[in-house]
Amino acid sequence: MDERMVREKLRAFITRDLIRDPDYSLTDAEGIITGGLMDSFALAEFAVYVEREFGVYIPDVDLTVAKMDTLDQMVARVMRDLNEDGSNDFSR
Amino acid sequence: MLTQATRQDFQTLLDAVTLRSVDDAQPAIVYVETGRRPIAVTRRDFRRAVLGHAAALQRMGIAPRDLVVIAHTQNLESIYAFWGAMLAGAIPSMFPTLTEKLDAEAYMRGMAELTRLSGVRAILTTDAFAAALAVHLPCAVHGSEQLAAAIAPDDAERFAPHSPDPDVIAFLQHSSGTTGLQKGVALSHRAVLNQLASYGDAIRLNDRDVVVSWLPLYHDMGLIAGFLMPLAQGVPLILMSPFDWVQHPALLFRAIHDYRGTLCWLPNFAYNHCARRIRQRDTEGLSAASMRMFVNCSEPVYHESHRLFLERFAAQGVTPEMLAVSYAMAENTFGVTQTPPGQAARLDFVDRLALEHNRLARPVPPDHPSASTRVSCGPPIAGTAVRVVDERGEMLPDRRVGEIAIRSDCMLNGYYKRPDLQPFQDGWYRTGDMGYLAGGEVVVVGRTKDLIINAGKNVYPQDIEAIVNTVPGVHAGRAVAFGVPDEREGTELIAVVAEVETDDPGERRRIGASIRQAVAAQSMVTVSYVRLVDSRWLIKTSSGKIVRAANRDKWLVERRQQAQSVAARSIGMDSA
Repeated sequence: MDERMVREKLRAFITRDLIRDPDYSLTDAEGIITGGLMDSFALAEFAVYVEREFGVYIPDVDLTVAKMDTLDQMVARVMRDLNEDGSNDFSR
Repeated sequence: MLTQATRQDFQTLLDAVTLRSVDDAQPAIVYVETGRRPIAVTRRDFRRAVLGHAAALQRMGIAPRDLVVIAHTQNLESIYAFWGAMLAGAIPSMFPTLTEKLDAEAYMRGMAELTRLSGVRAILTTDAFAAALAVHLPCAVHGSEQLAAAIAPDDAERFAPHSPDPDVIAFLQHSSGTTGLQKGVALSHRAVLNQLASYGDAIRLNDRDVVVSWLPLYHDMGLIAGFLMPLAQGVPLILMSPFDWVQHPALLFRAIHDYRGTLCWLPNFAYNHCARRIRQRDTEGLSAASMRMFVNCSEPVYHESHRLFLERFAAQGVTPEMLAVSYAMAENTFGVTQTPPGQAARLDFVDRLALEHNRLARPVPPDHPSASTRVSCGPPIAGTAVRVVDERGEMLPDRRVGEIAIRSDCMLNGYYKRPDLQPFQDGWYRTGDMGYLAGGEVVVVGRTKDLIINAGKNVYPQDIEAIVNTVPGVHAGRAVAFGVPDEREGTELIAVVAEVETDDPGERRRIGASIRQAVAAQSMVTVSYVRLVDSRWLIKTSSGKIVRAANRDKWLVERRQQAQSVAARSIGMDSA
């Protein structure tokens, strides 16, 4: 899966399930939590989605407002694990 | 241990088991945090720290009866400062701290207002924040370092704690609402000890218990059940920060497993949050079989939330008998009722139509077409009496819905420095909650006021509306906020409808985003739904007052219609 697909999937998930407004035009660099679009509960929901959708397990130490506040940050974190060995790690 | 039988051995909270015990090496608190090593505090450590803080506060000029506000991030320092203030005879009160999300200016304004109205003597907070706060406030502001520097090495040996009268105010619990206008629920030592004795008996608290809590300390459930009770009773407390837990909910189950937790208090939304957002691999190998009770408390209890929780954590050893319920409020110190330990909270199946139209909780079989499942909150604890009354204050019979009123030996002294607010009518406190009695148990069904309870927090819609009204582009005075019960989240979500002049889609999106940002920055909550509408959408009374309930109903109807038309389009029924 390429970065563009990951980005669009995440954008759709965030606006539909977390912000609850599919018409919201979420930009890549806006602060989703610091901007009040969703509260910090949503980080845990994001982690569940990313594991189910991409097979990427993000450990708790990386699930913080500082590290996961923007779509850019989220995409980069998912891509890092997706690219690690060219395959998804579903085995753990 | 403090029970009704040993009640006479305790005069004030300074007789707390953790402070008096000779068994020094016992754990008092273990503070756990994601990515860090746990911090274990023994009773001896706790006593030394608390006495040191008390001496330091006295040195800084804090005198008996002074009001001391503690606005730390949740950590051990706020706990030591709270007990230290009580030992110095002062009146402590926990407050939320400034977070990255909140607007600093708005927070400072609120604190300044609170200081002025309540006569706050000093605020204790984090170092990073103390200097900025000091500029805005007419009272002393002390950072942690300054406080620590004022502690002398021999304070623990030399400090002589104040010995308060049992009937003076021990501490304040502040209600939520606009800071500054918040009501400080003033509780005496006697009231708090009465509550702890009766509540302890109701849950059969014993010396093998271990309390696990992520709850904020400025909230009644966190302050009493998740902080004062374990320390007063000498029961170990495993504590974490609410910010940490909400982002990493598995931390709770890890703590229960590691420390063989037995008791945990949770608002209803937490059952959904844990069930839906703890990943399978995060609970692999963890056991919660040591638990005696998960107590659902502080917002309406959804049976569905319990069901989800049981289904998700059965593999960890969670059983239906562990799922307890308590109806609690700050005005009664904490618990009003409690379901008995070792039994699942009783379910009451009643006719929804009779409930809505006749205010009658008529029992029906569970499979009845209009059956509504209500979870009982259990019987009142010892020393607390409950009645259900009509608008005139007349007592109603069993299964008649009315306002819940309480009378007890653990009620507030009054609202701090608010003689205008009289909490009692003929000795009874009217709670503002609607419910009924059934066989001696209390069942809560709603509220008399427009209050929203979002994720365990009381939210006043007028506070949200006031924020929305300041957003450019919104017709000032033409915004409404209300709660929308959400079964998926197990709590009420917050919706805002605001009238705007522009019909430009880009401009409307900008206003919508500004509303969400403004509420997040100036309150403790997040708006889930923002709907911008044309002028004259909002329903008003003939006197021009916006009625929240009517506007919520209109919003719900339109939302349902919209969802239906989207569904119809997606299956090709709507050719247009």
